[in-house]
Amino acid sequence: MVGQVLFILVAAITLLMALGAVVAKNLFHAALFLVGVFFGIAVLFILLDAEFLGVAQIVIYIGAIATLIVFAIMLSKNVMGKEAGAYNRNWYAAMAGAVFLFLLLAWLLLKAPFQMVSADVPADAITQIGQGLVGTYVVPFEVASVLLLVALVGAIMLARER
Amino acid sequence: MHDYPFVFNLTWLIPLPTALAFFAIILFTNPKKRLSSNVAIAAVVVAWILSWAVAFAFFLKPELVEEPINIAVPWLPIADGYFSMGVAVDAVTAGMLFMVGFVLTMIFIYSSGYMTFPGHLDPEQFPEVAKEGLDPRYSRFFAYISLFATGMLGLVVADNLLMLFIFWEIMGLCSYLLIGFWFEKTYPDPNQITPKQAGLKAFLTTRVGDVLFMMGLIFLFIHAGTLNFQAIFKDAHFLEELATSTVTLPIFGAVSWAALISILIFWGAIGKSAQFPLHVWLPDAMEGPTPVSALIHAATMVSAGVYLIVRMAPLFAASSHAATGALPFVAFIGAFTALFAATIGVAQKDIKKVLAYSTISQLGYMFAALGIGAWVAAIIHLLVHAFFKALLFLGSGSVIHGVEHGHHHVHEHGHGHDDEHGHEEYFDPQDMFNMGGLLKRMPITGWTFIAGALSLAAFPFITAGFWSKDEILAHAWDGGHMAVYWALAIGAFLTAFYTFRQVFLTFFGEPRTEAAAHAPESVRAMTWPLVALAFFAIFGGFVAVPKEFPIFGKIASDFMLHLMEMQGEIYPFLEVEPAKFNWTPALISMVLALSGIVLAWLVYGWKPLKAGQPDPLKRWLGPVYTVLEKKYYFDELYHLIAVRPTLWLASFFARFDRGVIDRIVNWVGAFGRWLAAALRKWFDERFIDGVVNIVGMATTWTGAAVRLIQTGQVQTYLLILLLSVAVLLLLIPLR
Amino acid sequence: MTVPLSWYLIFATALFSIGFFGVLARRNAIAVLMGVELMLNAVNVNLVAFWRYLTPTDLSGQIFVVFVFAVAAAEAAVGLALMISIYRTRKSINVDELNELKL
Repeated sequence: MVGQVLFILVAAITLLMALGAVVAKNLFHAALFLVGVFFGIAVLFILLDAEFLGVAQIVIYIGAIATLIVFAIMLSKNVMGKEAGAYNRNWYAAMAGAVFLFLLLAWLLLKAPFQMVSADVPADAITQIGQGLVGTYVVPFEVASVLLLVALVGAIMLARER
Repeated sequence: MHDYPFVFNLTWLIPLPTALAFFAIILFTNPKKRLSSNVAIAAVVVAWILSWAVAFAFFLKPELVEEPINIAVPWLPIADGYFSMGVAVDAVTAGMLFMVGFVLTMIFIYSSGYMTFPGHLDPEQFPEVAKEGLDPRYSRFFAYISLFATGMLGLVVADNLLMLFIFWEIMGLCSYLLIGFWFEKTYPDPNQITPKQAGLKAFLTTRVGDVLFMMGLIFLFIHAGTLNFQAIFKDAHFLEELATSTVTLPIFGAVSWAALISILIFWGAIGKSAQFPLHVWLPDAMEGPTPVSALIHAATMVSAGVYLIVRMAPLFAASSHAATGALPFVAFIGAFTALFAATIGVAQKDIKKVLAYSTISQLGYMFAALGIGAWVAAIIHLLVHAFFKALLFLGSGSVIHGVEHGHHHVHEHGHGHDDEHGHEEYFDPQDMFNMGGLLKRMPITGWTFIAGALSLAAFPFITAGFWSKDEILAHAWDGGHMAVYWALAIGAFLTAFYTFRQVFLTFFGEPRTEAAAHAPESVRAMTWPLVALAFFAIFGGFVAVPKEFPIFGKIASDFMLHLMEMQGEIYPFLEVEPAKFNWTPALISMVLALSGIVLAWLVYGWKPLKAGQPDPLKRWLGPVYTVLEKKYYFDELYHLIAVRPTLWLASFFARFDRGVIDRIVNWVGAFGRWLAAALRKWFDERFIDGVVNIVGMATTWTGAAVRLIQTGQVQTYLLILLLSVAVLLLLIPLR
Repeated sequence: MTVPLSWYLIFATALFSIGFFGVLARRNAIAVLMGVELMLNAVNVNLVAFWRYLTPTDLSGQIFVVFVFAVAAAEAAVGLALMISIYRTRKSINVDELNELKL
């Protein structure tokens, strides 16, 4: 029961934050809400016994991506809240579409039969993740590293003053 | 597969270096003349080393004749299995490789000195090339002869008839290109054939033979299912069957398949080896540069015809095993040509034409030998003849070169008969009556030429030509072929006569022109090959002296004879019994040869001709001389029966074409135009155009409708994407 | 394990839809990017939840999330660099003003 209450609490706060992130007129506020969402998801990861991912979520999303977003907001200065409106003219269609998508996906997911397996998470989960990354999944791992390198070089090329 | 020395694995490489040289010269080194000739010579030396390595490896292991080496790869999938291409080495191939590799190299080296700036070109026109002193197309010449060398070497090592035919045709092409090498050359006399015409004539004449050859090849393939020499000719059962199954032809009636195929293939050899009645191209082929005459039209390509028949001999023998077959035809053509060409040779003025007829005649000896079953003697004569005939041609080239130089020398220094009108009087440097006394001016050329001439005239005992020719004559006598024997013996007498007529006219007496008096000896690149070839022309026969010949049989060797006999024994039907020695024919031929030489001396050597004096034979022989000089009017005859009707037919068809066909075509065209105009008016403009317009308008409307959702904004597109995905997802439960 | 799988799935779906709304409706490109981040996180929650409830002994689900992290980081870096670049040339990063695709 404690788990359920905790989940509902965290999930509700996270969703509210997410809504804040998409409705806040001030982009800087939106970014702060986003940080809250990332944090809530990290808590959910820990609730799901994925401690490593929880920590990684905080380090990568909050520590790196959110920071990057805040930098970008500040670099494009006169956009913070001074624009005519936060939404484009299709926003009601987008709202309807999003609600429709939610209902549809939720219905499909609830309908789908899943084969539940109850077992404990292995004690050496982090070791296994590490071995998996350099063992079975070594090729995707290397590809991901190349992708990061390309993104790095690409970002520098795009952003530098010409 | 049996064991053989490793060196035979290199056999397939033999034609390769010169092929590479051809491409290298054509593609890369063409602008650099000396480099091109060096590339070609380097390539041919490599080919020579490889050929001699293979040839000597064979000579050192004569037991290989039992199972000739055949290395092949599957090449083309055919109905049952593969058509294989590869190389084969037996005693005949080894002998040919020995000769071809060496002669090719000598001639390549000689050519590098011979191909100087040609006399018929105006130096003013090519000032830089003339200063350099080399032919403007020097590189191209070496590319062509390299390709030719590939053809010859490939032909020799080919293990099947198709591959042989391919290389045979490569040589034919090179022959055409090289005869017409100086294609811009013209003569003041419009009746004298120009190099361009000579090239065409050679190509078209040999084509007659080659088409028949190919027919024979196809028939053989239909019957045998393979064209591999070993596979066909060692199969006695198959040959027997081919010799007994008959086919009925119009006019000739029933002949055996073996005889038909043999004779068709023999026509290929008649064309290539310039035998009667397709002999007319070879004398005119002398329009090509002299190294080409030596290489292609004396030593190698023309002897390819003989080589072909040597290869096919088991088939010929099988055809004559039961019935008359093909051999008497071969013998007749050979003996007739030998005598016939020798008579023409007697009355020629051009130093190269004499040699050309002598080549035809000597090839006739070889075919006659094959025809009477003297297989071994034919091969030996083929090899020996190549050496001394290449020598004679190269020697004559050296003489021509010298006389040309002398002529230019005289012309430049102004103490000749310069004419005042500014253009040079035509001077033929190849006419023997413009020469004389050249032995003093050109000693190396002279003595080596005399060595070759002695060999050609079959001077007894010391020359190679004597042993090989004697072998053929002995066979003819021994086998009772008296007609062949006498034709060849008289031919031998004539050969000795015209050869020494040539020697006395060219090298002895006093110079009959200023040009001859000032002729210099040729450069070393030309004289060394002469010396090297002279060695073989004299001593090459000592490996083929029959054992039972008195005295010489003891001191010389019969190695080559023995080797070829062993090789022949593995083939069914082929009879390779050595001829029994008999004093009568040997003495007769010796006496005839010597008397030919003596007669030549009496006519031309005893009292040398003065400048302007006509040929004494002309007075004694009268009209016969004219007939001989005109080559029995064969060119005129062929012109009348083949060339003229063809031209007439062509012009008739041209008129028919213009008058009838063109008119019909014009009517059809006019009708088409009328029909098109009508269709355009009634159908195209109304119906088709309407459809096209509707399609165009429909496209415009659709575009106008669809462009409404093309806002260019990513988010709108994404919304549409969402809707589409939603629709697709809705379809899932409906499934 | 008192929380049912479906709760996580509903949560993730809601998060995904909110993110998607952000992507569709926001004018500012950085806000659009934030929406994309929300959607990626929703997917991550799904992946981890499926791993925990369906194949807890096989850690492939978690490894996959690590890859999503890497891709998200790359996307954010390039996306924001693009925005800075666009901002320099146009002094605006409003998505509805970017319609060069239409010509």
